Order: sequence, then C-alpha cells, then structure tokens
Amino acid sequence: MLHLFDMFNVLGAYSWVNIRFLLEGAWVTVVVSVLSIILSYILGLILGVIRYVQIKYVSAIVGFVIDIIRNLPLILIIFFTYFGLPQIGFKPAPIWASVIAMAIFESAMVAEIVRAGIVSIPTGQMEGARANGLSYWQALRFIILPQAVKNMIPAIVSQFISLVKDTSLATIIVLPDLMNHAQIIYGQNTNYTIPMFLALAVMYFIVCYSLSLLSEYLDHRMGQSNSKKAKQAEEVAESAER
Amino acid sequence: MISIFQNYGGELLYGLGQTLLCSIIALIFALIIGSGFAIMEVMPNKFARVVAKAYIELFRNIPLLVITMFFYVVIPMYIVEISGFAAGTVGLILYSSAFIAETVRSGIQSVDPGQMEGSRANGLSFWQAMRYIVLPQAFRYVIPPLGNQFINLVKNSSVLAFVAGFDLMYQGNVIASDSLQSMSTYLCVGVLYLILTLPLSYYMRYLEKKLA
Repeated sequence: MLHLFDMFNVLGAYSWVNIRFLLEGAWVTVVVSVLSIILSYILGLILGVIRYVQIKYVSAIVGFVIDIIRNLPLILIIFFTYFGLPQIGFKPAPIWASVIAMAIFESAMVAEIVRAGIVSIPTGQMEGARANGLSYWQALRFIILPQAVKNMIPAIVSQFISLVKDTSLATIIVLPDLMNHAQIIYGQNTNYTIPMFLALAVMYFIVCYSLSLLSEYLDHRMGQSNSKKAKQAEEVAESAER
Repeated sequence: MISIFQNYGGELLYGLGQTLLCSIIALIFALIIGSGFAIMEVMPNKFARVVAKAYIELFRNIPLLVITMFFYVVIPMYIVEISGFAAGTVGLILYSSAFIAETVRSGIQSVDPGQMEGSRANGLSFWQAMRYIVLPQAFRYVIPPLGNQFINLVKNSSVLAFVAGFDLMYQGNVIASDSLQSMSTYLCVGVLYLILTLPLSYYMRYLEKKLA
C-alpha cells in the first residue's frame, strides 16, 4: 500500500545523521572539483598556447590529441584511468583516478577555449608588440595572453560549471561523493528516495547556479567594456572612411 | 585490440547502434522542446518567459546523472515501469533541451530585431513572423553550435551505462569484465565513439569558418 506520508518522509530522510553524511559527500565533490579546476586550468592554458603557436609537428600532434579527448565521453576516460591504467602498472585510488580523468578531459576543453581566445585578439596587437621590439614570446606573455584571458573568463567559468556537474559521474568508480552518498542513503531506505533526489538537485543547483550567475556577471562586465571599445573602433573606422 | 573486435564485434556494434538510436531520438525531441522554450523566452508574454527561464536554468544546473537516475529509480518505484534505455533517453532529452534552448535563443536574438518589427508592421502575427521570418534566419546561425550540442549529446548518451541502457559504454564494461583486457577494450570503445563524433566535430569547425 502506497502512503503519501512514506513517499515524502522528510523528517526521517533529513535527520542529522543523513545530512551530515550528505555533507561529507559534498565535501569530496568540492575537493575533487577544486583540484581538477586548478589542474585543468594550468594544463589547458599551456596546451592551448602550444596549439596556437606553430611549433613544427608538436602543435599539430597536441591539437590532434586535444580533438580526440574532447570528442570522447568523460565516463570512458574515467573508466580508462581507473580500470585500464592498472594493466600497465599504475593503480590510482578512486579520488586520484577521478581527479586525473577530470583534469585530462577538462584541460582539453579549456585548451580549445584558450586557443579561440587567443585567435580572437586582433593580429595588430602582435604586430605592434613585435614592432616595438618585444620578442614573440614576450609579446605573447605580456600583450596577447592578458587580453585573451580576460575575454575567455566567462567561457571558462561555464566550463567549470559542467566540471562540477560531471564529478557526479565518478560515482561509477565508487568515489564517495555527494551522488554516491545519496545513493547509499536511499539504498538503505527506499522511502528516502524522493527526498534524497530533492536534496541532490538542490545542492548541485545552488553551486552551479551561483557559478553561472558569476559567469553571466563577468560576461556582462566584459561585454560593457568591450562594446565601448567596439564603438570607439567603429567611430574611428567611420571617420577614416570619410 | 584486434582480438577484442574479433571476439566481441557483435556486442560492440549493438552498443554503437543503441548509442546512435538513443542520440537521434534525444536530438529530435530535444530540438522540438528546446526550440519551444527558446521561443517562449523571447515572447512578449512575461509569464511564458519566466516559465522558460525556470525550465532552462533548472535542467542546465543539475547533473545529467541525477536527472537520469531520477527516472530510473523514482519513476518505476511509484508510477510506471520503464526500461533503462527509456529512462536514459528521457533524462538526456530534458538535459539537452535546456542547452539547445539556450543555443536557439541566442540565434533568435542574433537576428536583427528590425526583422520582427518589419514583419509585424507588414501585418504578420507574432507566430507567423517567428515561423516565416525570424526562425529561418536564426537556424542558419545556430547550425554549428547545434552540431556541437549533438556531439555533446552523443558523448552524454554514455550515461546510459549507469542505467543498463545497453549502449556502447555499457557493452564496453561488460566486455572489459569478460575479457579481462580492460585497457584494450576501452581503447576499442573510444575508437567507436570517435567514429561518431570526430568527423562531425571537424565538419562543424569547417561550417563555422565558412559562416564567419
């Protein structure tokens, strides 16, 4: 017999023990997310620059590897690091396996954003810097990259939102994260299923939505300063035509 | 790797077919639902805008796995028995439709508002203007991003492995535990995924360059 009270057994589901257990899972989710964000940002920046500057053979190979990783499902990469790598003698714990997998996948995504960000900077910037006596690498480091990073921050933040969501996939290698702990709770008492999904949805939503608001705010701010510059550039171009 | 293809080729191909089937079903429904919410987001009616915004933000900010597991665990428990494949596909539709809605909305907004005003001034209703003037122009802009969404959809369909959807990823796990050669099995599965996604990805990049 189905009772509405059992379906929404909120008091039992949200007991202090369960909440604490969920928060422990949330902590693992946060740790894995932060570690992978830091790693993938650094790696992505390096890979994106390597792909942009035309080093013979190296850039082409790096570009191809980035394309391959971007077009594979993250779950496959997680499985590969956790079950595939032990066959060649490297056996990471679930938490490190998920951090490595996330870092590989997301750094490929970030690298593509970085490359697009650098390409979007007008070539005149590089030419001007070179004409003023900077070397190619100096120009890249001090002129091009600071502008490119500023432009690509909103895209990178939204990439990190999907990183936070994707950490839930690591439950498949029994990473004790938020999703995994919720599954354990409703596995013990099926009446807690709906409250647990509600809690999951709310917790992920709060984190991701606040990040997406941040991304929107940054996008808006960039947009304002950029549109001002664009207007000035348009006026200059118009006056030159006359 | 070759021995995996020889011994488990049938299972792998079946998985590939299921992945493709799920992705195409999800793409069709997500396109319809996503375009609907995108139009609602630019409608003059405030209520419609709020509903569309709420739907999009809700499904964009919850992990796909949570949505899929909800359909796999909760719906059979209280409402109706559904298979893992169906649960996964429904989850995928809801999740992707939110992203497609955002893409289509940005396409609609990139069309000059003068187009809408002009067609309204010429006596077309909002829906006629949308259908005959704005949407055809918007879709031209959004084809490359929509293609990227489809690639994401194919990749995300691997979430079916969590709910026994018999897709490529699921078959890969079964084969890996059966053959005890997890490394080469996952490499094979990776190659099959790349056959689906990589050509599409390069074609979309070409289209982007052509349109830009």
